[in-house]
Amino acid sequence: MRLAAKSVGWAAGSRRIVQEVSLEIAPGETFGLIGPNGSGKSTLLRLLAGLLARPFGAVLLDGDPLTSLSRRDIAQQIAVVEQIAETSEALSVRDVVELGRTPWLSALAPFGAQDRVIVAESLAAVDMADMAGHSWATLSGGERQRVQIARALAQRPRLMMLDEPTNHLDIHHQLSLLRLVGDLPVTVVMALHDLNQAMRCDRLGVMEAGRLVACGPPEDVLTTARLASIFRVRATRLRDPADDATVFRFQCLEE
Amino acid sequence: MTDAAAPSGFRRSFGLWVTQGPAVLILAILAGVVIGETPLPLSTVAAVFANRLWDAGLILDPIDAGIIWSYRLPRTLVAAGCGAGLALSGVVLQALVRNALADPYLLGVSAGAGAGAVAVTILGVGGGLLGISGGAFIGATLSFVVVAALARAAGGGSAQLVLAGIAGSQLFNALTSFLIAKSANAEQARGIMFWLLGNLSGVRWPDVMLAAPVAIIGFLICLWFARAMDAFSFGVSSAASLGVPVRQVQIVLIGAVTLMTATMVSLVGSIGFVGLVIPHAMRFIVGPRHARLVPASALAGAVFLIAADIASRMLIPGQVVPIGVVTALVGAPGFAMILVHSRRRL
Ligand SMILES: Nc1ncnc2c1ncn2[C@@H]1O[C@H](COP(=O)(O)OP(=O)(O)O)[C@@H](O)[C@H]1O
Ligand SMILES: [Mg+2]
Repeated sequence: MRLAAKSVGWAAGSRRIVQEVSLEIAPGETFGLIGPNGSGKSTLLRLLAGLLARPFGAVLLDGDPLTSLSRRDIAQQIAVVEQIAETSEALSVRDVVELGRTPWLSALAPFGAQDRVIVAESLAAVDMADMAGHSWATLSGGERQRVQIARALAQRPRLMMLDEPTNHLDIHHQLSLLRLVGDLPVTVVMALHDLNQAMRCDRLGVMEAGRLVACGPPEDVLTTARLASIFRVRATRLRDPADDATVFRFQCLEE
Repeated sequence: MTDAAAPSGFRRSFGLWVTQGPAVLILAILAGVVIGETPLPLSTVAAVFANRLWDAGLILDPIDAGIIWSYRLPRTLVAAGCGAGLALSGVVLQALVRNALADPYLLGVSAGAGAGAVAVTILGVGGGLLGISGGAFIGATLSFVVVAALARAAGGGSAQLVLAGIAGSQLFNALTSFLIAKSANAEQARGIMFWLLGNLSGVRWPDVMLAAPVAIIGFLICLWFARAMDAFSFGVSSAASLGVPVRQVQIVLIGAVTLMTATMVSLVGSIGFVGLVIPHAMRFIVGPRHARLVPASALAGAVFLIAADIASRMLIPGQVVPIGVVTALVGAPGFAMILVHSRRRL
């Protein structure tokens, strides 16, 4: 599953939100998108999933432009977890996860035993099996996030797009989610704002004011100079003696 | 809502609808035929059916037979079709607009259909080629376009759509009043006002031949798109990312709503609250999933309107209360209850 963006962009009216982004995501890779608030990460993710009207450029899925595929074909390959998910329907947790099977069902292939197994596995993967019967409306922000991820897993996609998936999660669930996502046999593209978590991605893309200004392995991308200019922080690299991993400590530059 | 035993529970409840839904509907239709100013025993009803359907040749009072076959039965069947059609329209609009207040009455579709029908009756728009139903259909489509365009210009949210719907209703109702004041004589005006409030007195078999197929086709379309409507729970963009061809689904479903609303309004006038109250009441009973909500709402809408029609005939002896008045008398308190129960959902 190879996803390629060829100078994609998007404008809201006359305002350019994302401009001239080209990148290629390799099969099985975990790709992180970082950048300050409002730099266009969410918009770029939606562009890559083909969810925005009137895009510039082209997104190719295994060589085929997204615009030539049906929504159903795309949804069988790409699952999206947006930053916010809200509903006014009184859905249960299981109802929400079952939505993930939508692209695989039709009048001739109704929801069946295999779908039930997939839904149960997806719930278990995010540690929500016990809460399957709970009402979505009563969940905490972190639980909702995990349910949406279970919904995306139930889609059995080859590529998952996650927009700040660790938002609202407590530290245990942040780490276990990142491990889960990293262990999945699928390609992952996710927007992250915790730069230490971003260090665990295979490659990072850095967004600034709607442009992709850097792209590569985390150690190459997260230079002290770049962290100062884009994120406006002074970063100190530290080494964790336990596993020799690099961690950052940040201080605000404007102090 | 689903519980731990969801799969088998789902099968069971779905099976219940399939087997008992038609039975409940038939009972309601029988009640509509039996109950009236002259109550007629079931045996007479059975004899009329036997004569009509199998040429049984039983001896009957021709007046009783006429009341049953030419008057009460078509009237009850049209009430069932209208109730199902209006309730389904509410289900679809609430799913697509993601607003608990969406229904054909509030979004101005009923008002547009009424204005179209009045334009055809009074002004003779269409030169006799457009029947009342045609006029109502064009009026309904036009009002939907006007309301959708206004909502879009106002920012495109679902709250904007409801506000635009209120503006559209006012506009088309004003148009109807204007047409009546300008062109109708007193007799016509009285008749039209009565019809607009909802009235099944004039209903005959040809009306059944219109209402029944439209209700059945609308029902099948809604059932076909049940899963797609579920996918709209988290919004249009989420539906698209779940593989739903959003634009096509919207066009087909809005087309079905327009067809159902226009047909029903052209037949019986504009009846409020069915599209609003029935789907919400059914959500409390069968939950929000459309595979169950669609059949439940169709059935409950049909039964509700049959009951409302019986009430409209029986409330004041010797006089017919417009059915829209009955549905409003029941619907307004029902709506108040929904408001209280679902504060967060609006
Ligand atoms: N539909 C839209 N209309 C107008 N402006 C938008 C729209 N979507 C996003 N924006 C603007 O584009 C910028 C980038 O947004 P976003 O992609 O959400 O950034 P990020 O996810 O990196 O925080 C923001 O300034 C936001 O206000
Ligand atoms: Mg964002």
